[in-house]
Amino acid sequence: MIGVELGKLARRPRTWVSIGLLCGLPLLVAVFLATTEVGPGPGEEPAFLSAVLNNGPLYPAAALAIVLPLFLPVAVAVVAGDAVAGEASSGMLRYLLLRPTGRTRLLVAKLIALVAYVVTAVALLAATSYLTGITLFDTAPGGLTSVSGVELSPGELVLRMVAAALYVGVSMLGVGAIALFLSTVSDSALGATLGALAALVASQVLVTLDAAASVSPYLPTRYWFAWIDLFRDPIPWRDLQRGLAIQAVYVAVFLAAAWANFATKDVKS
Amino acid sequence: MISTVDVTKRYGRVLAVDGVDLEVAAGDRYGLLGPNGSGKTTLLRLALGLVFATSGTIELLGRPVPRGLGEVLPSVGALVEGPAAYGHLSGRANLSLVDAAGPGGPRRTRRARVEAALDRVGLGGVDGRPVKAYSLGMRQRLGLAAALLRAPRLLVLDEPTNGLDPQGIRDVRDLLRELNDAGTTLLLSSHQLSEVDQLCTRVGVMDRGRLVLQADLATLRTPTGRIVVHTPDPDRAAALLDGRITERAADRLVVQHPDPARLTAELVEAGIRITEIHPQRRLLEEVVLEATSAGSDRVDRP
Repeated sequence: MIGVELGKLARRPRTWVSIGLLCGLPLLVAVFLATTEVGPGPGEEPAFLSAVLNNGPLYPAAALAIVLPLFLPVAVAVVAGDAVAGEASSGMLRYLLLRPTGRTRLLVAKLIALVAYVVTAVALLAATSYLTGITLFDTAPGGLTSVSGVELSPGELVLRMVAAALYVGVSMLGVGAIALFLSTVSDSALGATLGALAALVASQVLVTLDAAASVSPYLPTRYWFAWIDLFRDPIPWRDLQRGLAIQAVYVAVFLAAAWANFATKDVKS
Repeated sequence: MISTVDVTKRYGRVLAVDGVDLEVAAGDRYGLLGPNGSGKTTLLRLALGLVFATSGTIELLGRPVPRGLGEVLPSVGALVEGPAAYGHLSGRANLSLVDAAGPGGPRRTRRARVEAALDRVGLGGVDGRPVKAYSLGMRQRLGLAAALLRAPRLLVLDEPTNGLDPQGIRDVRDLLRELNDAGTTLLLSSHQLSEVDQLCTRVGVMDRGRLVLQADLATLRTPTGRIVVHTPDPDRAAALLDGRITERAADRLVVQHPDPARLTAELVEAGIRITEIHPQRRLLEEVVLEATSAGSDRVDRP
């Protein structure tokens, strides 16, 4: 069943269109930057963009920062929201269950396909933006400079970049789990996707609100940008650890809810 | 094959299936009849474990539902509430996906299984176009092919001839007969009486969630003890058979009489001409209409 789900994901045009768009946005940004050479000032959002003009290999980090707030979570929410609700609305859910595919198995296969999608998306994003970076921008002579001003060897930079991409991938699983849960509740894929996005927007609003400071450590988006710490020296691990922990909690809670709901659900579609 | 005891399914305030004792024996060609909204599809969904019963017990191929579903569903083929497929894939790709999604059957014989199923439903020569370009009838055939994929012992078909033209309906009927002769038990739901009349050996009739009738078709069609006579001399016949006529319309009389041969002799002796005479049998339509009320799609003013 896992193979079937992965095959379906890979054969679906939407998968590749969304990943293409995801990789295309940083490319577009890079083209503008390279032709105008007007970079944002240091310290302005998105992170790293001011540094890439003379530091091309750092571009994957900038690309992550560009797609992370909205583009990537939207793509993940679309795929996850469609997971069960899409099968229900096409009518295939009943035939998969009658085949029989156990309900738990089906949900696990959907989850694995979702993880595969996130990993593929982030990996392709990192790879294409690296190529963009070294083609369009200068490479700083000598080593590369970390955010804290310490020189990093190229090997170390690659290691940190991979870690950052992984962290971003994990950060997306929380959204994915919320959308997957909603996907088992609703028969409308769109409803599930928008529900998960509504949760994200709410979280992002609350994170910036000082009055909500007491709940902000528990919000799914609170530590999304903690991966920037990976480019400091020495790395401050506190936020990264909290970010991973909070994602783990969201994934566990919403997957359990999704399973409990789906395993006992009347399939009427 | 399927046996339910006092099964009830409640959706909120609606009682979709109400205390049903369905009994489908091995080898049956069982037709489930009833108006729209009478609970036929819900009953099939209950038997297949897609929805869970509010109360009562269900057995499918001798195993309890939903606990034993994993063991018995591989031997069941089903078409529930219309066929479904991934529109962007071809019919073959869809069948391979369905085949791969469940247990049993090695990968290397998958292609042969898919082709055999397509041949059975008359889609053997279909090209690689995506299912979204299929006609309604082709989709219905593809749905049937998916149900037949694993040579099931029990076929549960909800409205199997929906969307088919008369030729297609006959194809399907012949196919189902052939499968049944080879030992496959059939359970099909329909609101088309003629379909059930021509194919089934046993019928169940549902009305407002209850199974109001369950009997062999042969039993239902036993003579009523009345005889239908067509004559050009209805007035004289009526005078002769005074008191025994239960129905009269123009030249057609329905007579309460035990033996058509004796009635014929009686009439001929009296010089009454007969154009047609036969014992009255109940039509399935009469039986069903008697047992059911208007479907839930009819909404009269109070």
